[in-house]
Amino acid sequence: MKLNKNIAVSENGFIFNPLSGDSFSTNPIGQEIVRLMKEGKERKEIVSALMDKYATDEATIEKDLSDFFQMLFSYQLINEHE
Amino acid sequence: MNKRKVCVAVSGLNNIDSPGPGIPVIRALKESAEFDVRIIGLSYENLEPGLYMHDLVDKSYSIPLPSSGMDSLLQRLAYIHSIEKLDMIIPNFDAELHSFIKLGSRLKTEFGIATFMPDLETFESRHKSVLFEFGEKNGVIVPKAKMIYTPNEIYKVGQELGYPLVVKGKYYDASIAATPEQAVNYFHKISNKWGLPIILQEFVSGNEVNVTAIGDGNGNCIGAVPMRKLYITDKGKAWAGISLLDEELIDITNRVIGNSKWRGGCELEFIKTKENKYYLLEMNPRFPAWVYLAVGCGQNHPEALVKMALGLEQKPFESYESGKLFVRYSFDQIVSLSEYEKISTLGEL
Repeated sequence: MKLNKNIAVSENGFIFNPLSGDSFSTNPIGQEIVRLMKEGKERKEIVSALMDKYATDEATIEKDLSDFFQMLFSYQLINEHE
Repeated sequence: MNKRKVCVAVSGLNNIDSPGPGIPVIRALKESAEFDVRIIGLSYENLEPGLYMHDLVDKSYSIPLPSSGMDSLLQRLAYIHSIEKLDMIIPNFDAELHSFIKLGSRLKTEFGIATFMPDLETFESRHKSVLFEFGEKNGVIVPKAKMIYTPNEIYKVGQELGYPLVVKGKYYDASIAATPEQAVNYFHKISNKWGLPIILQEFVSGNEVNVTAIGDGNGNCIGAVPMRKLYITDKGKAWAGISLLDEELIDITNRVIGNSKWRGGCELEFIKTKENKYYLLEMNPRFPAWVYLAVGCGQNHPEALVKMALGLEQKPFESYESGKLFVRYSFDQIVSLSEYEKISTLGEL
């Protein structure tokens, strides 16, 4: 799962899309997901990393992750998601 | 490095809520790495804020309105030149450009004053009323538009273009009309202020993105920086904006500037649709009021303009920084009555 080309992400989770000029703030979990995406992790690896860290089941993480990716897609920060 | 001294006259000192480009152009010139610039302000009204910005404007003169005719303008410029020895003039008002383009060769031959503007034919070719044809010629999509002189024409043109449509003034102002009645209302409102004709333009939905650019007149785009407005005033002016990294927009700009052989500064206003299509809404024939953002992004367009006007080599800028913002502010200057009196009575400050 990759962020679109040239998307800038700060350490504080501030995301800037230089193509549209839009900027976004994410919460700590969003920051973590974006960081994992920037590291080139696949969706499964992101789910696994979140399961290791948070006491919740895989279905919940999958659902929340889908919602998050849908949001990234609608803001043109990623080109596709499952 | 010893900077070359140049004396540049600049108009558009109306740094108000709908600002002219004069003060941003002056700021850019004052930061020039190559020129030590003396700025002569040219004003039309005695309360143009730039008149009183003495850290930026070294001396100011009032000049006659374009409606006074070119002879009186030339006479006034000759007087100013006799005192200031101008090297160049950068006019920044849409309404005055026609006169300055026509006077350009006389200013150069009779007084040695340089300008750097398109020829009259190129200038007229991007006029709002013929922009559709300009787009076809230069490979850029332009919304359909019709020029009208009476409100009676609105009903027929409205059927062709559909609603909503955009009602525009010849030089300034634009409103979106959802019905023929609204269009008639805007027709009167805008024509009362700016005169005729009025332009009716097809409405295109999307995000507005603008480019400040400069061409050398030989088909080369010397610089271009795209920007999206982040905060818009009730007059539709950008109060804050951010530079974009948009290669397609730069390509389109290069094409428009190159094909039209544009000479001088300009602003291209686009709508980017959801389908990522770019529609050219307007091409303003002078720098925009946000041109200082280009300086902040690494491209000093006003300095490049002066260089080219003086016959110096100016290579095209190769890059700029995206993600740079400008945020305007308002500022109350305290002005002594004697200063106001001086510009009001003597026409000089």
